[in-house]
Amino acid sequence: MAEEEVKFRVTIDGIPVDVAPGTSILNAARQIGGDIVPPAMCYYSKLEGSGGKCRTCLVKVSKGSEKDPRPMPKLVASCRTTVMDGMEVQNITSPEVVDARKGVVEFLLINHPLDCPVCDQAGECKLQDLGYEHGAEQTRYEFGRRTFERIDIGDKIQLHMNRCILCYRCVYVANQLTNKREHGILHRGDHSEISTYIEEALDNDFIGNVIDVCPVGALTDKTFRFKNRVWFTKPVDAHRDCPSCSGKVTLWYKGADVLRVTGRKDEFGEVEDFICNTCRFDTKQTSDWILEEPTQVDKESVINSNHYYNFSPPPVIKENPVLQEANAEQLARTEKLK
Amino acid sequence: MGRKLLLEHIDVPGINTFDVYRQQGGYRAVEKALKTMSPEDVVEEVKKSGLRGRGGAGFPTGMKWGFLAKPEGVPRYLVCNGDESEPGTFKDRYLMTHIPHILVEGMIVSSFALGANTSYIYIRGEMMPQIRIVEKAIAEAKAAGFLGKNILGTGYDLEIYVQPGGGAYICGEETALLESLEGKRGNPRIKPPFPAIAGLYGCPTVVNNVESIAATVPIINDGGEEYAKIGIERSTGTKLISASGNIIRPGVYEIDLGLPVEEFIYSDEYCGGIANSKKLKALVPGGSSVPILPANLISKTVNGNARLMTYESLADGGFATGSSMGSGGFIVFDEDQCIVRNTWNFARFYHHESCGQCSPCREGTGWMEKILHKIETGRGSIEDIDLLWDIQRRIEGNTICPLGDAAAWPVAAAIRHFRDEFEWHITHPQEALSRNYGLAHYADPIEPVV
Repeated sequence: MAEEEVKFRVTIDGIPVDVAPGTSILNAARQIGGDIVPPAMCYYSKLEGSGGKCRTCLVKVSKGSEKDPRPMPKLVASCRTTVMDGMEVQNITSPEVVDARKGVVEFLLINHPLDCPVCDQAGECKLQDLGYEHGAEQTRYEFGRRTFERIDIGDKIQLHMNRCILCYRCVYVANQLTNKREHGILHRGDHSEISTYIEEALDNDFIGNVIDVCPVGALTDKTFRFKNRVWFTKPVDAHRDCPSCSGKVTLWYKGADVLRVTGRKDEFGEVEDFICNTCRFDTKQTSDWILEEPTQVDKESVINSNHYYNFSPPPVIKENPVLQEANAEQLARTEKLK
Repeated sequence: MGRKLLLEHIDVPGINTFDVYRQQGGYRAVEKALKTMSPEDVVEEVKKSGLRGRGGAGFPTGMKWGFLAKPEGVPRYLVCNGDESEPGTFKDRYLMTHIPHILVEGMIVSSFALGANTSYIYIRGEMMPQIRIVEKAIAEAKAAGFLGKNILGTGYDLEIYVQPGGGAYICGEETALLESLEGKRGNPRIKPPFPAIAGLYGCPTVVNNVESIAATVPIINDGGEEYAKIGIERSTGTKLISASGNIIRPGVYEIDLGLPVEEFIYSDEYCGGIANSKKLKALVPGGSSVPILPANLISKTVNGNARLMTYESLADGGFATGSSMGSGGFIVFDEDQCIVRNTWNFARFYHHESCGQCSPCREGTGWMEKILHKIETGRGSIEDIDLLWDIQRRIEGNTICPLGDAAAWPVAAAIRHFRDEFEWHITHPQEALSRNYGLAHYADPIEPVV
């Protein structure tokens, strides 16, 4: 026992898990997996300081810890709250959380153009998934949406600010992966915009990663724009000997052609390794790569034969009519899909 | 009545200069603290005084100082928050304009208590004259040996720097202020860690309001227990109130906490009553971000007790029938004022000042402003009121910093207490453009809307 490291026990929606001290609630939930993982639009485990901004991962801490069992007074951002021993967290088993999350999704969508039919991100868009799972069927917003001109960031990346949800992930990429900081936020409030300071083109070997981290279609690959819908392309893991990055990528095939190269993403949509611009934009011949195997895609992903997500609620929901009501939309959708 | 601690010498000509301030007994607190007390004694006195933060949240200052981490070999900072931008609050500007030396004196005493050798006064960018006044006061104090190396021969070193802000309301939030002070974009940080652990440049930092820091001067001069005798229960000492609106004598008043609200509004010593013999309609007691109170809840709480100028009494009844002391921005509305227009004006302010970091505040404040503008200009529908309620409910408590709450509370309280007036605006769009609703039918406390 003595050599065992200290573990904190945290219970999320009634499911216990033992995690290392310092783990965030979100990462603890990811260790459990399934429906109880809070969605995250701005948190990115590989980017230091990210998270806390989008508020989609709000959860209720119903018991602070074993020592101090008081509940936390407000909902907390699970990506930036570390676990305590004996903590009890409610995510989808708290009607309050489900309602707050629905509110956040509504806020994120009021200024979003909802141009999914012409957006390259459609099919692998986090906001689409989030809206599908938690959003309302109709908007209550009746005013004009904010609009911006499209901006080219260098010759390979396009910024379509209308779609941006200001998650700051690309700002962290520009800060942490590249050595020239020309990328940041201008203005304030709902006029904020991502900008390369006064539209200076970003010429940097790793800046292409902003495309991979963008949860929506605000930053897109100009070498792939409008070439194809993602669900018509087939992802294949491949690697090559690259002098500047790990060279481990996913190739997106249509027939025999490589249409696009991206980093390899895990089940939470985060890349395993950041890749360089040469791999991403300039290496699109099969002969450049050593193919491994077809990429494992989540079964709920539209990329995998149009399957949508079944909601499998934890047993506590079945017994409690209040919780059933809070999750009515998800339950009804699952019912419909059967 | 009318005891003055901070504004005692306000009418002395030339009190903004070092010599006159010194003649009136200024800098006694510095001498007393540095020569006869240890830093722990000063903290203890402030704890005994029961002083609560004057910036809005009302957190006990002594307790805040007690939380300051003191690791070896790491500098500690005191930052004075002079980014006063709340609509309706102008007490700090008044204090800095007329008696800048009480702030400098308070800064020296507080920095000594916290063991800080470098302190900053962050002043809102629009207050250029006040920035010059405070800078001049610091230079005078330094020339007289109250700042710099080895102050008064006690071996204590202190430098105070003034930093002008860029004029953003959000930089009044303490962590956004620290970001701004470090030269970054003024976005609030995600807490924890709190500034007491990792604040300015990652070092332990205390951020205090101008008035809180100034209040340490009388506390050290007279002793914390003497200070705690003023006021009622946990609201001790005196407070500067910025009175504005439809009153006969608007201005900054120093009051003993515990003064009845009714007396403050109607006494000739203070506001002098409602101007032009009009009737009182509503009151915002603590600056634009606190809930508005309708006339029937101003002089009495819902339980029938007299409402007093204390942190507890103003908040009595929670948000359903109470409000908050806030930063003391006392805004009085007479029967001719339009609550819808006023709420829209506040919402417009918060929309403009949201930093845009987290989604509920960034998107919600703009949405509320648009709906309120629509209602105000006669294009609203009844559903809009419920929609507004829904939006504010989903902003409140779900944001990184309290700006989201500050945007949500005034809208919530206006709808809670003045729903009739909102409905009238919607059902009588033409009439609403040409005249105001007048006094509302709120003789009985209205049940909170759920």
